[in-house]
Amino acid sequence: MALPAVAVGLYLGLVWAPPDAMMGNVQRIMYVHFPSWIATALSYLTGFLCSVLYLVRRRPALDHLAQAGVEVGVLFNTTGLITGSIWGRPTWGVWWTWDPRLTTTAIMLIIFVGYLLVRAFLEDPDARARVGALVAIVGFVTLPIVYFSVRWWRTLHQPQSSPNTVDPEMVVALRTMMVAFALGAAYLISRRYELARLEAAAEQSEVEPGVGTA
Amino acid sequence: MLLSGRRAGIALGGGIVALVFAYLVWGGIGNNLVYFLTPTELLAKGPAAYGASIRLGGIVQPGTVHWDADRHELRFRLADTNDHNVEVVSTGVPPEMFTEGIGAVVEGVWTPDGVFHCHNLMIKHSNEYRPPPPGAKPAEYYRQLFRKQLS
Repeated sequence: MALPAVAVGLYLGLVWAPPDAMMGNVQRIMYVHFPSWIATALSYLTGFLCSVLYLVRRRPALDHLAQAGVEVGVLFNTTGLITGSIWGRPTWGVWWTWDPRLTTTAIMLIIFVGYLLVRAFLEDPDARARVGALVAIVGFVTLPIVYFSVRWWRTLHQPQSSPNTVDPEMVVALRTMMVAFALGAAYLISRRYELARLEAAAEQSEVEPGVGTA
Repeated sequence: MLLSGRRAGIALGGGIVALVFAYLVWGGIGNNLVYFLTPTELLAKGPAAYGASIRLGGIVQPGTVHWDADRHELRFRLADTNDHNVEVVSTGVPPEMFTEGIGAVVEGVWTPDGVFHCHNLMIKHSNEYRPPPPGAKPAEYYRQLFRKQLS
């Protein structure tokens, strides 16, 4: 379902919507850049909520879902940074600059990559889930900071656009891509969750031979 | 006991991440919360700001842009809403969006002659996206300004 939506969104964004008056066709990278950040936020939100719930309920399934959310979030976080960099070079003049928006997004990525590393380092599934949940909860603090960075501080990155500041046809294309990326993120998280569940079962059967060797 | 290859790799990766994060927190962010100075702030600092590496942000004041095609020097005044402005000389290649009245952030040094010598010119775009008016082409101003170099 996500793939056809991406296809429709790409058509709307790359062909149907008009180019930008100042940037020309380069502006069309917005149709991948912005939805990437929507998907990043939704994925990390999944990771955060499931981590909180895990600490309360201690269900392994919640830990698997949290892990899936963070991992998919890291993917889209990286996509967002790469597309932003490609967009920044021809328009701003630089691939990268240490403005507060860019810096906070980089910190956010590093924290959640750290989450994945910490998990890989811990052998005990319980400890892994507990420490992971803690890192995800602390790391999630960066998300509102990223969002508000363009309002709190002076940045090179422009503040949030709204339907009032964007041409209506561009808004249609953007919304389509937003939904498509959200669906894509949900699909990837569900597949990753399934995989985490199987991994946990395999781990269990290694510890106790004979269990789960179907 | 030596760590196995995989564990050593993970530990190394974790260490690198921790170091990069520490650098970002203590090295990068502190200096970057005020990403750029406005012309008003720079002028208020006065001679104390001469020679230091500075980022200055403002609006490219219409009517002040001058391109010296032979010396490859772009001169303009960067203004803020308080009507203060600073003369900027840029020797880099400006981005295609460069035009009069657009936001710009310049990196460089301010010298006692009152001129800001910029080695990196960045354009600050607004949050507006509109289709071009009929017949208009993007970067038309840019092409006109740098006609001699572009042809």
